[in-house]
Amino acid sequence: MISKDEVKKIAGLARIEISEDQIEKYQAEMSAILDFVSELSKANTKGVEPIRQITGLESIFKKDEDRGLLNQDSGNALVNEAPEHKNNFVVVPEVLKGK
Amino acid sequence: MSQFTNLTITKARELLDDGEVSAVELTSHYLKEIDSKNKELNAFLSVHAEKALASAKGADIKIKNDQASYLTGIPLAIKDNILVKDELCTAGSKILENYKASYNATVIERLNRESAVILGKTNLDEFAMGSSTENSAYGVTKNPNDISRVPGGSSGGSAAVVAADLCLGALGTDTGGSIRQPASFCGIVGLKPTYGAVSRFGAVALGSSLDQIGPMAKTVKDVAIIYETISGHDPLDSTTVPNNSKLLDRVEEINIADLRIGIPKEYFEAKGLNSEVKEMVMKAVSWFESQGATIKEISLPHTEYALAAYYIIQPAECSANLARYDGIRYGRRADAKDLLDTYLKSKGQFLGAETQRRIMIGTYALSSGYYDAYYSQAQKVRTLVKKDFMEAFEDVDVIFTPTSPSTAFKIGEKTADPLEMYAADIFTVTANLAGVCGLSLNCGKINGLPVGLQILGPWFGENLLFKVGEFYEQLR
Repeated sequence: MISKDEVKKIAGLARIEISEDQIEKYQAEMSAILDFVSELSKANTKGVEPIRQITGLESIFKKDEDRGLLNQDSGNALVNEAPEHKNNFVVVPEVLKGK
Repeated sequence: MSQFTNLTITKARELLDDGEVSAVELTSHYLKEIDSKNKELNAFLSVHAEKALASAKGADIKIKNDQASYLTGIPLAIKDNILVKDELCTAGSKILENYKASYNATVIERLNRESAVILGKTNLDEFAMGSSTENSAYGVTKNPNDISRVPGGSSGGSAAVVAADLCLGALGTDTGGSIRQPASFCGIVGLKPTYGAVSRFGAVALGSSLDQIGPMAKTVKDVAIIYETISGHDPLDSTTVPNNSKLLDRVEEINIADLRIGIPKEYFEAKGLNSEVKEMVMKAVSWFESQGATIKEISLPHTEYALAAYYIIQPAECSANLARYDGIRYGRRADAKDLLDTYLKSKGQFLGAETQRRIMIGTYALSSGYYDAYYSQAQKVRTLVKKDFMEAFEDVDVIFTPTSPSTAFKIGEKTADPLEMYAADIFTVTANLAGVCGLSLNCGKINGLPVGLQILGPWFGENLLFKVGEFYEQLR
């Protein structure tokens, strides 16, 4: 069973604000899920490598140049879908507080 | 009954090419059907009527000029986590409520190249996480076979619109069974392609090492036609595999009588498997045996750990992928006092419970001190699951299993307990973990509810699945 404080900490790490009621609900549900997935510790994986890429492809490299695959206008359209934007830039809330 | 009732892509192609019906007529028919039936089913989230008719007009010109290919003028539906330029793409989430796609997914580009007609976007569990569409922020989709039941998920909307005859085919996505399980629940055909067979460019990312876009339709042949169009290497998705052989030679020469079918005991002896579902699937197995196929009991020994491994790897990848919905770059931003508060409130207010839960499980599994016990161990188990399949496919051509342990369940029946919902994926997650392809097709009904037979094939063995599926569909 994970504690309420752990749930709070994880929610904080995941940047999700949750209410006291939700903490209680998630505590029970996440504990049950973590109990279930803990079965994995029983699997014998001695000497087994974790999988990195399922079809066996290695890193694919490409030249750092415009391959002409995408219409550049779509970049502008993408920025326009941000909740706040100005002159084709995404507007971000203040990060560093000035004095 | 009109000439369009239970029409397939194959049959519609003939009608279009013979000039018996135009693409505009066909499209108008489906738009009318959607108008009258979608309210009850809640399967389409948006319908692009004007655009659909315009592209149908274009298709008619192509057909007239003898430039038609298989999908020219064929009305299709798209799951709402695949980008269609200038159209809303909600991914079933409140956070993307008004989000408009600024470009097309590669699969959409490929459909457009053939002048297929896109009717609209279909409902899904939020960000494709769920097995019932009950996690959609836009309400549950109803199963056309029984509207008190779920259509399965997460591609429940796409399965329902095909089953309800509101289009000729659809695209879904499958991360742990999200094409095959709803196909099974709704009584249609669905394919989870081999990882790397279809470009994921323009699909809303969930579990990037597991996700595949795939076709859903009424027949195996129709699924094969859509697959042929959307599959292949894409420079915009480096995980697509160039020049995969698709086992063409083997498929050419194979007959039903020399087919070797594996029956994995871990699936058929699974605890939660409904006995009637088991019986129905075994009936399909017996049919193949009666046709001369060799049935072999096989073992996929790490199956018992697969679901647990999946429910670590998938949430881990989801927690990384969904970090982008931070109230800054996409969709909605909550009122907040500073930057951190913007993140906290946007994710707190606009993401649903299942999504929040999985992000948190993923965050936990990847956090310092737990990584080795959870994520790393799960990836090792994944290696073992893949090895199970590699060994099995040395002895058999395909593997038969039930697609789901049960038929479609009641709306609300499993929402209280996430683990019970996760158990619905027990027979489908293995294909995503191992990267192999899987086809679900109907093999009968129990009390009016469809049962799905899952046929698993080796990496890039899609054509083999189509051939085996067509044997069954046409001859049984």
